[in-house]
Amino acid sequence: MTEQLDAGVAARQIKESDVLSGAGDGREVGRARRRKEDARLVTGRTQWTDNIQLPGLLHVAFLRSPMAHARITRVDTSVARTQPGVVAVFSGQDFAAEQGSLPCAWPVTEDIVLPDHPPMAVTEVRYVGEAVACVVATDRYKAADALDAIEVDYEPLDAVTDMTAALEEGSPKVHEAGNKAFTWKFAQGDIDAAFRDAAVRIDRTYVQQRLIPSAMEPRAVVAQTDGDSFTLHSSTQIPHILRVMLALTTGIPEHKLRVVAPDVGGGFGSKLQVTAEEVLCLLITRRLGKPVKWTESRSEGNLTVHHGRDQLQRISVAADADGRIRGVKVDLLAGMGAYLMLVTPGVPLLGAFMYSGIYKMDAYDFTCTGVFTTKMPTDAYRGAGRPEATFAIERIVDELAAELGMDPIELRRRNWIQHAEFPYTTVCGLTYDSGNYEAATDRALALFGYDKLRAEQADRRERDDPVQLGIGVSTYTEMCGLAPSRVLGSLSYGAGGWEHAGVRVLPTGKVEVVTGTSPHGQGHETAWSQIVADALGVPFEDVAVIHGDTSSSHKGMDTYGSRSLVVGGVAVVQACEKVKEKARQVAAHLMEASPDDIEFTRGEFRVRGTGTSRTIQEIALATFAAHDLPDGFEPRLDAEATFDPDNFSFPHGTHLCAVEVDTETGATKIRSYVAVDDVGSVVNPLIVEGQVHGGIAQGIAQALFEEAVHDADGNLLTTTMADYLLPSAADLPDYTTDRTETPATTNPLGVKGVGEAGTIASTPAVVNAIVDALRPHGVHDVPMPCTPERVWRVLDQARTTAQSTDGGL
Amino acid sequence: MPRISVTVDGIRYDEEVEPRLLLVHLLRDRLGKTGTPIGCDTSNCGACTVLLDGRSAKSCSVLAVQADGCDIVTIEGLSTGGTWHPMQRAFHEEHALQCGYCTPGMIMAAIDLLHDDPDPSEESVREGLEGNLCRCTGYCTIVRAVRRGAREMSQKQEGAATS
Ligand code: FES
Ligand code: FES
Repeated sequence: MTEQLDAGVAARQIKESDVLSGAGDGREVGRARRRKEDARLVTGRTQWTDNIQLPGLLHVAFLRSPMAHARITRVDTSVARTQPGVVAVFSGQDFAAEQGSLPCAWPVTEDIVLPDHPPMAVTEVRYVGEAVACVVATDRYKAADALDAIEVDYEPLDAVTDMTAALEEGSPKVHEAGNKAFTWKFAQGDIDAAFRDAAVRIDRTYVQQRLIPSAMEPRAVVAQTDGDSFTLHSSTQIPHILRVMLALTTGIPEHKLRVVAPDVGGGFGSKLQVTAEEVLCLLITRRLGKPVKWTESRSEGNLTVHHGRDQLQRISVAADADGRIRGVKVDLLAGMGAYLMLVTPGVPLLGAFMYSGIYKMDAYDFTCTGVFTTKMPTDAYRGAGRPEATFAIERIVDELAAELGMDPIELRRRNWIQHAEFPYTTVCGLTYDSGNYEAATDRALALFGYDKLRAEQADRRERDDPVQLGIGVSTYTEMCGLAPSRVLGSLSYGAGGWEHAGVRVLPTGKVEVVTGTSPHGQGHETAWSQIVADALGVPFEDVAVIHGDTSSSHKGMDTYGSRSLVVGGVAVVQACEKVKEKARQVAAHLMEASPDDIEFTRGEFRVRGTGTSRTIQEIALATFAAHDLPDGFEPRLDAEATFDPDNFSFPHGTHLCAVEVDTETGATKIRSYVAVDDVGSVVNPLIVEGQVHGGIAQGIAQALFEEAVHDADGNLLTTTMADYLLPSAADLPDYTTDRTETPATTNPLGVKGVGEAGTIASTPAVVNAIVDALRPHGVHDVPMPCTPERVWRVLDQARTTAQSTDGGL
Repeated sequence: MPRISVTVDGIRYDEEVEPRLLLVHLLRDRLGKTGTPIGCDTSNCGACTVLLDGRSAKSCSVLAVQADGCDIVTIEGLSTGGTWHPMQRAFHEEHALQCGYCTPGMIMAAIDLLHDDPDPSEESVREGLEGNLCRCTGYCTIVRAVRRGAREMSQKQEGAATS
């Protein structure tokens, strides 16, 4: 642990004492438990989908469209069929009658354009990478070889790559119905009054570039059948949703379809999808009666795993001269890509309620237009809608501070919801149950050394230092714990947001927990064990967690939207409560007492005021034997619970970033990064810290490095990891992290969720810092990713503008 | 088809391989050594890193035939007699993994890094692991783990030298 002290910062560090005792009360919740999952992961005894070998397993390779938009006039598979090892070759035509359309579960408006989305293109392709044919062969090399022998004739159609151009009259159409998928509006308060005679008004346009989620494990699918029922292994975040959707899409009855998510190597939203390849592998195995496997290459994945972000945000803020925010107006173009996938249209709506951030204001107006382009569809990517909203509000609040000549922290203080005002219903209509922005910000300022850095900044400005210092502030909140089913229903989402858990105490007193969440790196096996250990008073080691297989975990809504602990964890607690109640009945019976007189502490049922007690393990065995149970008592010590939250949860925090920007080269270096997050109560600080770190890294990556680039013809230019710049260890700084703890009041664990916080917070912190460094040079914005070249160009342009203005005077 | 002989995690294999077969596919598909995963097709991610005659190599950029006569250690061969290698332990202790997909490659690359620099600074760990990508952790805990592993390995060596 000396390592962490090396940092020389008095931030909260995880200490050995946290590991041993957490809060020191013997409870598991709060302890920095090392993860149970690690044992198989550090030794290579993993079960990635691509590891699966089956007798007679065939390999699938897809031929993909090289054109962004074209009519398919001919597909000739005859030569490919004769290649060595080839078992079958299929084109879209072969599946046309049975492949259906890939589902969109979130038709956000009644008049939304919902185009048919065949898993394999039949007559027309609308993005580069769309599957047009496939080979099934005896090994992966032979399958790939035979792709070359398939002939496809395309009649090129015009690509549409720019959202604004796509909406213009006369633009080539992605779909017959036009390029506008929907317009969704939301307004609260009198926005005109807010903007009318406001002392200050700021208008900005921000571009949320397209991102490629880039989970390290490429997607893989294995499908098999015994002729009656089907099993699909997939590298997915959503085995349960997938099962329902695949049943509806393929016509395989739900009870004849088992979906398994084995070890899954990261998702970040990209595996929250019903993919063409999953549907097609099922259809192929149904046709051939043989097991098939498909594993994507990274380049194939960059083209065809759904992308994230891709929004053009026009945002305006009106404020009084003292900085009080009166209202915010947002006009959004949201890039859908060529089709609407599982939650494509809903992603910008998840941000719609977050543009007011942590601030009080009188009015809010939001319009979002979903736009089709001939690109890979977008969908959920870490934060999904909320990072975009947070970026826009946090960026423009900094602009407002600059305009008013105020310190950006001071401006925020004047506008944010005070701790004493919680619960607080925002202008967007959400009720934030709890929060303490003062505490998180004060802690962050102290750790960061804000005043000292400001002094250094002034000094560098004074000296006209070619390396300028910038300070970026991001005081974010997010809406997570997706989600109250009623709210989802009111937003036209096709499903609920509850989560399910089952808890069973085995005859020997060991416990199995079945969860409907589907972890892929989050550590649920560890965290759920901690929760159950406390709830039932059993040792942490005695709990096993079962997940990710619809045959063993029959019910769930899976993992995304920082929901697993906040919704799924609460379901586990509720199931434990039910089990405990059953055990109490048995205990009372065995000890000849009234159930009301039985106390439960740390795994022991005791008759109040006596020395008589039974352990939960004894109760488990007695229940199993069933020799002496209360009349009518079912001999089982298990229970299930489905939890549907009443409200979202609202983690928040203050992130501060200091950058050095070289005004001669445009190079940016993050000098320090402080994150103080309030994610409510914490089950495992180690896991929370990990989630925060990883989230910050992905947010910084959007700010500085990553962008899916297309040319005018719609070709993706960043198909490999050599072109799409994922940051390595050498590209990222160390982070100073700390927490404040304001428990959520809406769930019994007091937890708020942490999976997306870092990503939501960090992008604006970094860009605000860069702009802050360059503001004296006349810079008001740098488009993301803020590469040295971009920074240099913006500076160059600012200098030119300054010169021409000077010249004119 | 060329015939090669390789030793993987202490076991000798004689295999006939297509000249184009990648070492990582030999390991995964033929020898069942699925502990070593594949993350890319351009030698950028390092997920497939193994030790080839003691030095780290990205097994997706080595042909199986090139490994003829070589001694290969994968993540599956690191622990001895049921005891984890100090670097495996350090990754566990420091929470240097989440999904774990990058972990085998990270651990193998980290072990190789210590060959040249048994007590690396934070900066040299960051530079040294530049060829290994992790999407989950943000790298801080990986850096901590590598330095912790380094300390434990040198202590072990000192222990061995004095006994
Ligand atoms: S799989 Fe070998 S470097 Fe990516
Ligand atoms: S732990 Fe998931 S990629 Fe590194």
